[in-house]
Amino acid sequence: MMKPWMRYVGQAVAYAAFIALLGFFATAPAYDPVDPDAAMLKLSFMHVGQRRVECRKMSPDEIAQLPPNMRLTLDCPRERLPVLVELELDGQLLLRREITASGLAHDRASSIYQKYVVPPGRHQVTARLRDSARTEGFDYTRSAEVELKPRQNFVVDFHTESGGFSFH
Amino acid sequence: MLKQIRQAGPWLLARIEKIFSAAFTPAWNPLYHLGALTIFFFWIVVVSGVYVFLFFETSVTHAYESVESLTHTQWYLGGVMRSLHRYASDAAVVTIGVHMVKEFVTGRYRGARWFSWFTGVPLLWMVFPLGITGYWLVWDQLAQYVAIASSELLDALPIFSDPMARNFLTNESVSDRFFTLMAFLHLIGLPVFLLVAIWLHLLRISRPVVNPPLGLAAGSLAALIVLSLLRPALSQAPADVSQVATGIGFDWFYLLAYPLLDYGSPALVWLVLVGSSTLLCLLPWLPPLRRRPAAVVSLPNCNGCGRCVEDCPYNAVSLAPRSDGLAYKTEAVVDADLCTACGICAGACPTATPLRRKSELVPGIDLPGVPIRALRDWTLAAAVQPGGEPGARVLVYGCASGVNLAALRNSSVAVVEMQCIAQLPPAFIDFVISRRHADGVFLLGCRENDCHFRLGVQWTNERLAGKRDPYLRARVPRERVATYWGGKVTQAEIAREINAFRVRLHALGPYRPAPVTEASYEVAP
Repeated sequence: MMKPWMRYVGQAVAYAAFIALLGFFATAPAYDPVDPDAAMLKLSFMHVGQRRVECRKMSPDEIAQLPPNMRLTLDCPRERLPVLVELELDGQLLLRREITASGLAHDRASSIYQKYVVPPGRHQVTARLRDSARTEGFDYTRSAEVELKPRQNFVVDFHTESGGFSFH
Repeated sequence: MLKQIRQAGPWLLARIEKIFSAAFTPAWNPLYHLGALTIFFFWIVVVSGVYVFLFFETSVTHAYESVESLTHTQWYLGGVMRSLHRYASDAAVVTIGVHMVKEFVTGRYRGARWFSWFTGVPLLWMVFPLGITGYWLVWDQLAQYVAIASSELLDALPIFSDPMARNFLTNESVSDRFFTLMAFLHLIGLPVFLLVAIWLHLLRISRPVVNPPLGLAAGSLAALIVLSLLRPALSQAPADVSQVATGIGFDWFYLLAYPLLDYGSPALVWLVLVGSSTLLCLLPWLPPLRRRPAAVVSLPNCNGCGRCVEDCPYNAVSLAPRSDGLAYKTEAVVDADLCTACGICAGACPTATPLRRKSELVPGIDLPGVPIRALRDWTLAAAVQPGGEPGARVLVYGCASGVNLAALRNSSVAVVEMQCIAQLPPAFIDFVISRRHADGVFLLGCRENDCHFRLGVQWTNERLAGKRDPYLRARVPRERVATYWGGKVTQAEIAREINAFRVRLHALGPYRPAPVTEASYEVAP
């Protein structure tokens, strides 16, 4: 049986070891998710492709057969085309992917989120996107020479309303 | 090899526990109160969290400033509360981890105990997101990393059609709405689920210990306050998603799996998390445990007194309306799925007395594998061993969870082994001493507060002290009864204790009991 003062010392040592463990591993060792000297290139967008089947103007007879509250002049099948996207860095193809429209009926947006760790410095970034039924070429293209700094998060996004690709 | 590891685990654990018991005493040994300590840390987290929330602004533009202001302008209270919030959360992860390892090493996760182990796994899935969402709210560099990495992890699941990580593409795209969702999860959603899960975790345990001893609680809180003052929890640089967060002060207790995401893939992280969780869930049946037969009730001998119900550590015994027409209101009923076959119920039964000779020794409730009748037979067989030092013959009753009892036998020491020391009805001690089957009785069990069957040592102590029914009769000379709650300590240590007891017995001289009539022991069913 330990003497009381020895027990108190033992407890103090145990508590000290416990808080040392907590105090250290709560913040250390520091963590680098990526090389701190590298930059990050992200390609991400949500874009609804064009309709797989064009809207068709319905005849008066077809309209008359519809319930009064559902009468529209156009018949528009919901399914959207997949979106084809390419991303190049300094002429080297990083990504070429056909993105299926989401949703059970494939009637929602095609979306992507990709990231690449790249060396800092001057780069030529080129992004291309096809959202139509065409079989050759692209509907949107943007290319720019950018200077990437270490740790910079460079984002390639796409918004039709702002004219296509945007580089942040 | 596996067998050696399985044997080495309890051996090593017993020695570590012994060191802690020496410093803290068994009553305050933190390794005996890991679950209660975790809940205590949770309450510290709740109280400190409520205080921090009073000053917190749930908006992406002001969250960082509000936390910084709290940390620095009232470092003596707000800063300490914030640090307590963090460190108590980390401490809970440590105690949960050690708790799991200990239950695994001691085998207290199988058989009827599968439920508590199994329901502990979902608790892990609540504790970690609770901590992770907390880091998110500070909206510093760590929060930025956690937000983006967690979103990427969730995006790997085929449940979100739109990438959640898009919310953190640029500083402009980070919205208050998403931030509010995280705040809701951290402040209300997850804590409520956690409380329900804790309740479920303890559901099959009677008298769960949810509060650590006052001294241990005070010491733990004081240690966390000291840590909060010495190394206050601080924010890192404010979040700026136009820059990649690097050199992050990382909380390895909560974020240990995240590097797998960066240096592996989200699929790998999910594989590890789901795989390890599934394995944990299945562990109680890997391989299936051959369970000992559950306790059985003998209705002709059960008067529905309820002592077995009171003493069962796993809520396996209950009282039901009488079904056999005897003039008692209730009868004991055993739920075999919950029964760990510890025998504590039999030890509590007033009909389990070895002095009963007019009728067969069948108590109201008994263990088929190790019945009370067998305990009496073993007692008598052990007592008639030839030889032995007159006046210092000891009968050891020991539980099967401790040391190798057979190795303690010698000409003066007889041994009877049972599942749990509380399986021994106190009348056996009276029986042995009054009939001079031995000069003294030595009870050997698990360490105090760490009984393999939770309450066996506590109930035995209370029965001996006359505080719990069935009592050890007052006429039994207490100096002829010794207890040693040593658990898996060395044989030599126990042999030393027994020898010391024999020396005391020898000094007492032979026991001369008062005349006893058989009728005085008979207990009507």
